[in-house]
Amino acid sequence: MNERKQTAAIVGTGNIGTDLLYKLSRSRWIEPTWMVGIDPTSEGLRRAADLGVATGTAGVDGLLDRDELPDLVFEATSAAVHRDNAARYAEAGIRAIDLTPAAVGPYVVPPVNLGEHRDAPNLNLITCGGQATIPMVYAVSRIVDVDYAEIVASVASVSAGPGTRANIDEFTRTTGTGIERIGGARRGKAIIVLNPAEPPMIMRDTVFCSLPPEADTDAIGESITRMAADIAEYVPGYRLLSEPQFEEPSEATGGMARVAIFVEVAGAGDFLPSYSGNLDIMTAAAVRVGEELARVQTGLQDKERVS
Amino acid sequence: MTLARTYAETQDLRLTDTSLRDGSHHKRHRFTAEETRSIVSALDGAGVPVIEVTHGDGLGGSSFNYGFSRTPEQELIALAAQTATTARIAVLMLPGVGITDDIAIAQDNGASICRIATHCTEADVAVQHFGFARDRGLETVGFLMMAHSQPPEVLAKQARIMVDAGCQCVYVVDSAGALVLEQVSDRVAAIVAEVGREAQVGFHGHENLGVGVANSVAAARAGAVQIDGSARRFGAGAGNTPLEAFVGVCDKLGITTGVDFFAIADAAEDVVRPAMPEECLLDRSALVMGYAGVYSSFLKHAARQAERYGVGEAELLVRAGQRKLVGGQEDQLIDIALELQREAGCSGADRRH
Repeated sequence: MNERKQTAAIVGTGNIGTDLLYKLSRSRWIEPTWMVGIDPTSEGLRRAADLGVATGTAGVDGLLDRDELPDLVFEATSAAVHRDNAARYAEAGIRAIDLTPAAVGPYVVPPVNLGEHRDAPNLNLITCGGQATIPMVYAVSRIVDVDYAEIVASVASVSAGPGTRANIDEFTRTTGTGIERIGGARRGKAIIVLNPAEPPMIMRDTVFCSLPPEADTDAIGESITRMAADIAEYVPGYRLLSEPQFEEPSEATGGMARVAIFVEVAGAGDFLPSYSGNLDIMTAAAVRVGEELARVQTGLQDKERVS
Repeated sequence: MTLARTYAETQDLRLTDTSLRDGSHHKRHRFTAEETRSIVSALDGAGVPVIEVTHGDGLGGSSFNYGFSRTPEQELIALAAQTATTARIAVLMLPGVGITDDIAIAQDNGASICRIATHCTEADVAVQHFGFARDRGLETVGFLMMAHSQPPEVLAKQARIMVDAGCQCVYVVDSAGALVLEQVSDRVAAIVAEVGREAQVGFHGHENLGVGVANSVAAARAGAVQIDGSARRFGAGAGNTPLEAFVGVCDKLGITTGVDFFAIADAAEDVVRPAMPEECLLDRSALVMGYAGVYSSFLKHAARQAERYGVGEAELLVRAGQRKLVGGQEDQLIDIALELQREAGCSGADRRH
């Protein structure tokens, strides 16, 4: 194996960027070499410096002016900032993994469609609720047709940042689109609820999928269990709270048969507290995507060297 | 009698009837066009100035989680707007459930008041919606839901966020019917003190402890100038403040509402009651909700899950209170029912051994 890891810059020094820093520091495939922001007093930059990662406060300009550029950039700023930055990364030949809802590149949910986008210059991670629920919609839709899927994400108030709060419509719209495009439901709807209970509640998600008549519930149940295991490989705190609940059509279900899937997402506690499963699943998915790109890239370099 | 603050010079309070929105929970979201038309017509005829029409969980609430609307809410909103001669049509929306597009459609259908509801610690999620509604010329109301769960000073700070975002009237919303008398007036007074003349204050009560009317009087005396109720209590839990009774009480206290007592009493009896699946009762489950501080709309969902999983309805509601669930988390009632079922299974097994 090629010993050289792919280098990465983290842009954005808030909670997400800092949690990413810790996760990437453990990676076999990626070395976080830069962390850049605009606030010299940020806790994230201080922690990066402690880990021996180069830091900058001139934003993306400072990063792109350097002679040696990173292979990958993880964008942990805001949708507006990423929309400005995306073209500049592409021009510089840096592949971008976007944790904002900017959706410049294709939507990616690792256990569903990462393989399709190994060559994309820019990949988008949708939303936290999307990362937690879209795989489950897909787990059902790979077995039967899903006309309608709906997810309810309950998140501790303290782990919903100012970006999410200022534009909560962006969450519901983007997640709803992801449920359709990646989850495979004909129609998708997303609901988010913030709960201020103390101690903070661990993120919970409920996924409802409509089912056609005579659906093979055993096969669907097995597919759901398998998907939960696939996610838990990179998000150890992801678990099903109960067996999937199958229900016959009734007035209460809008005349549709349905399955309800109950999930809890506890964070790994790298930097963020463990109740912030919503943030952890984003950073964990970002690392998963980055490592896949790095692995492919490293493999190619090995081949090139051999030939 | 004179109130510290009044809605207008000629009218002390402005009343909003929410039968066709909060009643949607009790009705399990099954309103027909004809029921909507007849209720709006009767309330409008009685002089009710504002009538709220929306899915119980607000715009976009038709869903697996909250129940599907029998008639699309936007059709009912349009019908209500066409039917009303003097009453204005209000809609409710919860950020996280509905989106700004829904507000725009409701306005196109004739709604002129947009009521935006958040849990009472999360007002900042509504900033974009208040701005959007005001930019479109809608009158705005902000709902601080589950107001019993926070002290007056917290509510006042949240009210400030809403007012700064463009909210014209902040409501203390007793979603659980858990507030009693001074607990209402203290909260209203704190918000009045915070927002001054920048915005009005309102109160939305439930009957889970049987004090909706008294609480509404307490709110008015503390400076609330908009009061919600539902004819015949048609609302979630034990229902809302009965509007006809509140109008009668106001008449006796010399508080003007502009609503005709006999006409609203007739509307409640002859038009609203026939549209209700049953009376809204102050039964054990509703009482437990008021006592334990549980979101009133959970009632029908808890009844359904309790029956489906063979567990106690009151027990399920108490646990929802212990888990500090907030409005919108109806899905978690299924999880609680499963938990109670597992516990019952364990203790059953214990007994056998």
